[in-house]
Amino acid sequence: MDAKERIARRVAKELKEGYVVNLGIGLPTLVPRFLPKDVHITLQSENGFLGMGALEGEPRPGEVNAGGQPCGLVPGAAVFDSVTSFALIRGGHVDVTVLGGLQVDEDGNLANWMVPGKMIPGMGGAMDLLAGAKKVIVAMEHCTKTGEPRLLERCDLPLTAKGRVSLVVTELAVFGISHGEFVLRELAPGVDLDTVRQKTGARFLVSDSLCEMAAAL
Amino acid sequence: MNKLMDWDEVGPLFRDGMSIMVGGFFAVGTPGGIVSLLAEQGTRELTLIGNDTASPTTGVGPLISSGQVSKVIVSHIGTNPVTGRKMMDGEMEVELVPQGTLAERIRCGGSGLGGVLTPTGVGTVVEEGKTKLAVGGREYLLELPLRADVAILKARKADRAGNLVYERAARNFNPVMAFAADLVIAEVDELVDTGCIDPDEVMTPAALVDRIVVSRKEA
Repeated sequence: MDAKERIARRVAKELKEGYVVNLGIGLPTLVPRFLPKDVHITLQSENGFLGMGALEGEPRPGEVNAGGQPCGLVPGAAVFDSVTSFALIRGGHVDVTVLGGLQVDEDGNLANWMVPGKMIPGMGGAMDLLAGAKKVIVAMEHCTKTGEPRLLERCDLPLTAKGRVSLVVTELAVFGISHGEFVLRELAPGVDLDTVRQKTGARFLVSDSLCEMAAAL
Repeated sequence: MNKLMDWDEVGPLFRDGMSIMVGGFFAVGTPGGIVSLLAEQGTRELTLIGNDTASPTTGVGPLISSGQVSKVIVSHIGTNPVTGRKMMDGEMEVELVPQGTLAERIRCGGSGLGGVLTPTGVGTVVEEGKTKLAVGGREYLLELPLRADVAILKARKADRAGNLVYERAARNFNPVMAFAADLVIAEVDELVDTGCIDPDEVMTPAALVDRIVVSRKEA
């Protein structure tokens, strides 16, 4: 199982029956394929859908996800404009958003929208999702491609939002964030505490109920 | 009042230096015929307001590639490397606005509101230079209205009166932009007689739409 699949499988366990969920572009979009059969969620897409589904058959004009890829709509889906879409997002009508990250810190701050001087794609809907979703889960690889930690005491990249992240899932571990501290809750199979300490750029508490990282299915 | 135009009447409605709201989300819901016409006639120093800058060859991208745009107000430029390069080189001004805030600023501009209080962007660079207010113990940013000289919309269907129906995610920013510009032009795939769209199905009321042009059929 590669890192992304491990992360997606674990995030899937956070999604409960009936949740309205918005998934960020990239890794988070893998999550639905690992949902148990008896868990039904409604996918919200910021370009104007509740009830987004997988593409079945030929692409239909206007049925694309927020990344511009062809998608489908499930029976009972609804279509709306951007004002309504972000009223849903900002207004607390989305139960969970799962977003990728560049850095997360112990105060629940997330940086994921720009690297000064290098990459400035823009924030799109990410700042609104962070401000308004009831629960924010960050799903990301534990370290950068060059091995730098992404979990830090303080993000040094520009923030996407302050204090909104409550759960971080990586291929090595699961951390909660509360009262300004990371709390290690789960370790991936075969991963030890020292490895996680070495690859994490912040001190963290170890939960009394530390266990092996759960995988869906 | 006849709102229906031929394509040769569209060009003269635009002038250098205008601000233009453009519907669309990665080119889905962008009036491609009007964008092509602007590219052909070379209208310059434009300020574009919309969700994103699509790609160099789709959506509003061609206008950016050709250097006709001096400023964009958008939420995302990551899919168009030309926008990024022109921003870095100082050739074009880019104002990045969170997507929900962009929608609300346009809504304010078109609905008589002096601004909106949003929690989006608090504690980030987005709050720089803005008024912050606490309401009920939470901090909000005061975001100000946006309007434009012209809004160009894309609809699947219009009646001759100007009532519009959009298709799926091609709706996006189009309905709110119809409120927020001095001149509103809709490019439509299909034109029907007035009365042929059920009033319950109208998404943008005709009173907001000034001119209609029917998309050219793809060759």
